[in-house]
Amino acid sequence: MSDILAIYVLWLRDIKHYWYDKIRIFASLGQPLLILFVLGTALTPTLQGGVSFSKYIFPGVISMTVLFTSIFSAISIVWDREFGFLKEVLVAPISRWSIVAGKALGGSTVAVMQGAIMLFMAPLVGVELNLLIIVKSILAMFIIALAMNSLGIVIAARMKEMEGFQMVVNFIIMPLFFLSGALFPTDKLPQWLLLLNRFDPLTYGVDLLRKTIIGISNFHSIINIGVLLVFTLIMFSIAVFEFNISE
Amino acid sequence: MEIIKVENLSRRFNKFLAVDSISFSVQEGEIFGFLGPNGAGKTTTINILCTLLKPTSGNAYVSCCDTTKEPNKVRSQIGIVFQDPSLDDRLTAEDNLRFHGRLYHLGSEEINKRIPEVLNLVELYDRKNDFVRKFSGGMKRRLEIARGLMHRPKILFLDEPTLGLDPQTRAHIWDYILKMRKETNLTIFMTTHYMQEADVCDKAAIIDHGKIADLDTPLNLKSKYNEQTLEGVFLKITGREIRSQAGESAWSQWMRRT
Ligand SMILES: Nc1ncnc2c1ncn2[C@@H]1O[C@H](COP(=O)(O)OP(=O)(O)OP(=O)(O)O)[C@@H](O)[C@H]1O
Ligand SMILES: [Mg+2]
Repeated sequence: MSDILAIYVLWLRDIKHYWYDKIRIFASLGQPLLILFVLGTALTPTLQGGVSFSKYIFPGVISMTVLFTSIFSAISIVWDREFGFLKEVLVAPISRWSIVAGKALGGSTVAVMQGAIMLFMAPLVGVELNLLIIVKSILAMFIIALAMNSLGIVIAARMKEMEGFQMVVNFIIMPLFFLSGALFPTDKLPQWLLLLNRFDPLTYGVDLLRKTIIGISNFHSIINIGVLLVFTLIMFSIAVFEFNISE
Repeated sequence: MEIIKVENLSRRFNKFLAVDSISFSVQEGEIFGFLGPNGAGKTTTINILCTLLKPTSGNAYVSCCDTTKEPNKVRSQIGIVFQDPSLDDRLTAEDNLRFHGRLYHLGSEEINKRIPEVLNLVELYDRKNDFVRKFSGGMKRRLEIARGLMHRPKILFLDEPTLGLDPQTRAHIWDYILKMRKETNLTIFMTTHYMQEADVCDKAAIIDHGKIADLDTPLNLKSKYNEQTLEGVFLKITGREIRSQAGESAWSQWMRRT
């Protein structure tokens, strides 16, 4: 019971930060919108089943928003460490797993809200939404967000300073994003790239979201959800472990 | 009754021995002062006692619980004002306190009652809806003290609590802490560089290079070293060279930044 309350409090803190910082809400939509409209307009081949390119990458761009928001909010743990606030959390009589869970749920909620804003751009690229698609997409985004947040927390627990952030962007976020097939179909990839693609957890998130929004997919949704949940579980356990071994 | 007990406690950072096999105990209701120059190992000891840091060897018991074996039991008994800032400055003062109250399992009624109480104590009640980043250094410090007291801890750790505060505020806060101690049998473990403050201690340990050089009542220390003030005792034991260390400079940096 007290764990649930702790999770709620930490979740609420992330929501408040999000709410108080409205500029960030818009700023972080710039990049995905740019990709969607510039790439989507510049590259105009029609893909399998007569789908336009911008329609095809639309779920990928939503995944991108979810990925970036998730990792950024997880990395804010490093800020909290640098500015001392993490001590206030760590010295409180709450279980370590609830700290990780609160952070993961808070970051995921924020990521889903950002993703939802992108989702409502759907009419601009000719994607039709209905209530069922919206609900399913939000659930899919949440599963993706949890996976990426847990990964982010594992990274943040090891990162002692914000200096390492650029490394994280270049060597983790960008590869995750570009290898996931968010911006291209993966059926014509050379073998080695395909292999990397299959090892990228975001691949399954993009596929799940693409199936939900425009009905195209490589894998069964059960497989996609399964891979993401297993990945989340592994990352979550590592994160809890890392928070337990306080120096 | 012994409420804090430390046995042969050591802590090493890589090769450097920051705390070197110290032992002491603190009685319930006591004010225990940890006095020592910069880099002596005071904050390191506090971090071990409040479960943020694991000792390299030795044991620490707080309120009868081993700090490494039952950390959450220890955590629920203590309040702490860290030497370095630890507020969320992207939230308001009230947000920070509400967050704290919930982490310490206070009910919402109790939280609503305690927020004005502790904010009035540090004279920040009219600023409760301001974001902490707009506070001055001293105001932030006062808010941290309010937060440390909010959940009525059994043991209060104060790591240089009044650093950067003006004399009136300092006196005001000490009045309250001493009053609280009378009413609730609060135990206080503190470090300070203001030797006048150290005089309120029931016991003071002089720590240097990670070792306890001496431990007694301020009165006994003064007569033992034949000095009028604790400051004199302190200088006699630890020498007069200045040791600048990270903790101090981090704080002054923070004060400059804010
Ligand atoms: N995380 C750390 N890594 C490496 N060395 C550390 C670490 N924390 C503390 N030290 C070292 O341990 C020694 C004791 O530091 P500590 O912070 O306990 O001193 P202090 O008595 O609190 O000093 P001050 O009065 O300046 O606050 C110092 O030499 C410091 O450099
Ligand atoms: Mg210190």
